[in-house]
Amino acid sequence: MGPIGENELFFLLQGLKWTVLLAFIGFVGGGVFGILIALVRTSKNRFARFVSSGYIALFQGTPLLMQLFVVYYGVALLGVDVNAWIAVAIAFTLHASAFLGEIWRGSIEAVPKGQTEAANALGLHYISRMKDVVLPQALKISMPATIGFLVQLIKGTSLAAIVGFIELTRAGQIISNQTYRPLLVFGIVGMVYFIICWPLSHIGSGLEKRMARAVR
Amino acid sequence: MGYTFDFGAVFDRAPELFWGSLGTLGLAVAGMILALAIGILGVAARTSKNKLVQSPVIAFVEIVRNTPFLVQIFFIYFALPLMGIRLNPTATAIIALGINGGAYAIEIIRGGVESVNKGQVEAGFALGLHKADVFRLIVLKPALRAIYPSLTSQFVMLTLTTSVCTSIAAYELTSAAQRIESDTFRSFEVYFSVTAIYLVISSLMMGIFALISRSYFNYPTR
Repeated sequence: MGPIGENELFFLLQGLKWTVLLAFIGFVGGGVFGILIALVRTSKNRFARFVSSGYIALFQGTPLLMQLFVVYYGVALLGVDVNAWIAVAIAFTLHASAFLGEIWRGSIEAVPKGQTEAANALGLHYISRMKDVVLPQALKISMPATIGFLVQLIKGTSLAAIVGFIELTRAGQIISNQTYRPLLVFGIVGMVYFIICWPLSHIGSGLEKRMARAVR
Repeated sequence: MGYTFDFGAVFDRAPELFWGSLGTLGLAVAGMILALAIGILGVAARTSKNKLVQSPVIAFVEIVRNTPFLVQIFFIYFALPLMGIRLNPTATAIIALGINGGAYAIEIIRGGVESVNKGQVEAGFALGLHKADVFRLIVLKPALRAIYPSLTSQFVMLTLTTSVCTSIAAYELTSAAQRIESDTFRSFEVYFSVTAIYLVISSLMMGIFALISRSYFNYPTR
């Protein structure tokens, strides 16, 4: 058994950097595409609605790990020579966009219809109606679920370890193999995830309770 | 460029994929049963008035829900032998799935129990219903109905999560895929096909859950 010293902790920290970065890219990229998907999903065009709901069903009905594998090898097939982390980031972006799109579709639909009708009556066109009236309210409604998904996404980045990408969990695996202290190492790794995720979960459920009280 | 797809290499191994799918279903069902048991016991402990019983459950739920399943399964995989328990990877995977799903089940079931209206229970007794009937008809069934959508979608998630069990070499679909991939080097074709199989499995499960719901909860609410 080897000791867990400065070097090992530094290696874990470097893994953590990638975990945070992957989650960040996935969340921001997924957010941008997610809004588009939510808008298409709530649009009047039936075909567009059909395609976007298929996209969502595809990503919600298959394991994240498989999505990582397919995108990882699929990008390679396109003949573009990209870094492993770009391929993984694309996969997380696609995954997040489907989930966020579905969350935000629900929130857009939860905004009272009168708001849209009033905006119409005021002569606002689609973009202004969405940007100034519906989306700000929808965003507020969606906050607990959005934060909940962010926690899912941070935990989900650990699966990049199975594809061979060195983030926090993979770094932990490597250290565990070197030092033969799996319980200590995975205990530390788990604690780091907990320290990141728990406050977020707490904020999310706090918002949820506050909103439930406001409705009552 | 100029890559030619060869799904034949995947179709040749169809029997392995079939048995792998059964492995996935087995893991999922066993994991669900364990998760449900942990969920029910956990809620019983969580709603007790004794703080000493209550707080470990709260801590368990928070820890499990805020750490990745992959880290949990590694931890359990290495922790069990230290406690003198030697299990094969598949049994270990079931325990990990049950523990993970159980934490979510506790939160869902607790919500259901709290949703039962006390006045209705009293009304049931006032109508002269037997204690068992009050529990079955007034507490259990409406509570089940309230939690059914979230519980079943959690079960579908659990089924998809079984793919992570390949990391400890449990017998299921993803590990079968990885074996085929390392033999044929048809990475994209293998994972594409297996993703499709997962989609079929999860769609079937959702369909079955919806059917059960339609027949069992088929009564008006108000």
